[in-house]
Amino acid sequence: MTFLPTGEQRAFARSLDAMLTAADTPAAVRAWAGDDPGPGRALWGRLAEAGVCALAVPEEYEGTGLLPVELAHAFVELGRHAVPGPVVETVATTVLLGELARLGDPDPAKRLLPALATGERTATLAIAGAEGVRHSVPYALDADRADTVLVVRGEELWRAPGHGQVRGSADPARRLARPAPGGELLAKGPAVAVAAGQARRWAMLATAAQSLGVGLALLDRTVAYARQRSQFGTPIGAFQAVKHRLADTLLALEFARPLLFGAAVTMTPGDLAAAKVTTGEAGYTAARTALQIHGAIGYTEEPALSLWLRKARPLRDAWGDPAACRAAVLGAYS
Amino acid sequence: MDLSYTRAEEAFRAEAREWLRDHVPAEPLPSLETAEGFAAHRAWEAELAAARWSVVSWPEEYGGRGVDLARWLVFEEEYWAAGAPGRVSQNGVQLLAPTLLDHGTAEQRARVLPSMATGATIWAQAWSEPEAGSDLASLTSRAVRTDGGWLLSGQKTWSSRAAFADRAFGIFRSDPDADRPHRGLTYLMFDLRAPGVTVRPIGRLDGKPAFAELFLDDVFVPDKDVIGEPGQGWRIAMSTTGNERGLMLRSPGRFLAAADRLVRLWRTEGDPADSALRDRVADAVIGARAYQLFTAGAAARLTTGAPSGAESSLNKVFWSEYDLALHETALDLLGPDGELADGAWAEGYVFSLAGPLYAGTNEIQRDIIAERLLGLPKGRR
Repeated sequence: MTFLPTGEQRAFARSLDAMLTAADTPAAVRAWAGDDPGPGRALWGRLAEAGVCALAVPEEYEGTGLLPVELAHAFVELGRHAVPGPVVETVATTVLLGELARLGDPDPAKRLLPALATGERTATLAIAGAEGVRHSVPYALDADRADTVLVVRGEELWRAPGHGQVRGSADPARRLARPAPGGELLAKGPAVAVAAGQARRWAMLATAAQSLGVGLALLDRTVAYARQRSQFGTPIGAFQAVKHRLADTLLALEFARPLLFGAAVTMTPGDLAAAKVTTGEAGYTAARTALQIHGAIGYTEEPALSLWLRKARPLRDAWGDPAACRAAVLGAYS
Repeated sequence: MDLSYTRAEEAFRAEAREWLRDHVPAEPLPSLETAEGFAAHRAWEAELAAARWSVVSWPEEYGGRGVDLARWLVFEEEYWAAGAPGRVSQNGVQLLAPTLLDHGTAEQRARVLPSMATGATIWAQAWSEPEAGSDLASLTSRAVRTDGGWLLSGQKTWSSRAAFADRAFGIFRSDPDADRPHRGLTYLMFDLRAPGVTVRPIGRLDGKPAFAELFLDDVFVPDKDVIGEPGQGWRIAMSTTGNERGLMLRSPGRFLAAADRLVRLWRTEGDPADSALRDRVADAVIGARAYQLFTAGAAARLTTGAPSGAESSLNKVFWSEYDLALHETALDLLGPDGELADGAWAEGYVFSLAGPLYAGTNEIQRDIIAERLLGLPKGRR
């Protein structure tokens, strides 16, 4: 047992970090939230070039084979840089299509999967709630910007003809739309539900990793602020009330991290649910801490801090909210 | 990243499990915090030691098996899953032994460790004083040079199980003229039954005499019982607390077993409609897994030679708050029976209340986390 990232995994994460730092990601986030998806798409292309879109794709469809630990490392970096777009949903779609192929229905994978793996095309995914509202994913994230909009309805996989009205999210860089009804039926049968379950597990992993990355970015920025902001003639980071809140934030993130990577190693439902709820809560804790310690400046949208601040809570709830995850942890406990 | 065990580790697990299955007392021993329970736990240590299970990570020459961290973690999982008794010798095993292994002489190790491994000698910690708690470096108990050794005088307190223990280890001010409070301290071992030692038991919140205060009046300690150089006591003691806060003090196995008992309690006693309580049970399961995985990562880093430093403060705050929350959840599940002083969770609850206080309060730990891990400026405590 060596529960440490390999040198290669570390180097992969570092290279993504360097690339996203050099790419002026905050400007791409703001453009994505506005009317210009161009910089976001350019960023996507570079991530795909680095292999990020191929990490959950079988080799026969231009992928790397399934690499959940590498995927978790990549998505921590995507979260640390607040990368916009349906990145999680594209991963979930690749898993869905790959799993369908593995279960004996390769046609949708042949048609759609290679272009998703290479980053030529993007996808988003909604899962209509056969199991109740809490378990459905009614909004397809960024459906107006994705090339392919898929919907799972029970045991049917549909390619939607488009999307309805786009609604804003609490995070302006997330755009929510319900897929339009009808379209093309791509697959049908019990395998669709099984593949959708697998897609959901990978979406949980990727979202959990993003949450951790968002939390780490918020903590870094807030520690830097607490060191340079002075009041009463002293840096506010010297005050014990401030220190202890930041210490608790680090604690939450550092105990969420091993759950994330443990889940990536085992991919069991219990570990994934534990990772999702814990990273989500830790990311949101970091957001509350960041807002409180920045004070009024943190309540404004101009500083880049707001890019992460508004992302933490939607990610906490996407692809399995805390209540659903806690129930899943106990359901999986033997 | 890998979470699998080797065949050798699995074989070690099977061996430990089998021995524990055959030897763990069917009925829980009386409370460790009573004279009767202390004696029963001491006898259990001897039984463990006879089969070389009492200190598996120590070198074989002192009674251990010389196993690595991974196997120590495996042993702890099996130990607590088997419902085995609490460890009466833990202060010596977790605090003094690592100090002797790092800073003691070969003679001291050969003299002290084997009888610690069997429970024949049980050690108490003599660090805190009435006026020196979190600010330990302000301690005033003295060690004064005399022929062939030192004379100790002063008062130590909150010494766990000193009412029943045999010997104690602590730090004393040997150079009152040193320029800084943490200089001029010396680390010594002494006999709790030596002339000049008075031990006064102190009742814990549940009335059990888990603590004692020690009054020392010119207690003679020979030179051979000084650990390291005189005047280096602070540095030596802090290397011990790094260990205490780190991996060895609370193993994940303990919390995995406690979370498992909590889930079983919830399945028999819990109201399925009470989702708030259900969520707290889930958090106990999640926390135990988080701690297990965190420790697996820390053990892997230590194996690569990375030092364990301020990260151990994260560890201490986590397990102490986790343990308390878990026990509070258990009491809530028990409803009216949660109040019973002899309930199955009562003693663990009282013990868990102390977690955020001892081994460095959680406020001190948060200062360390903020200053050493986050790089925030030092301020007034």
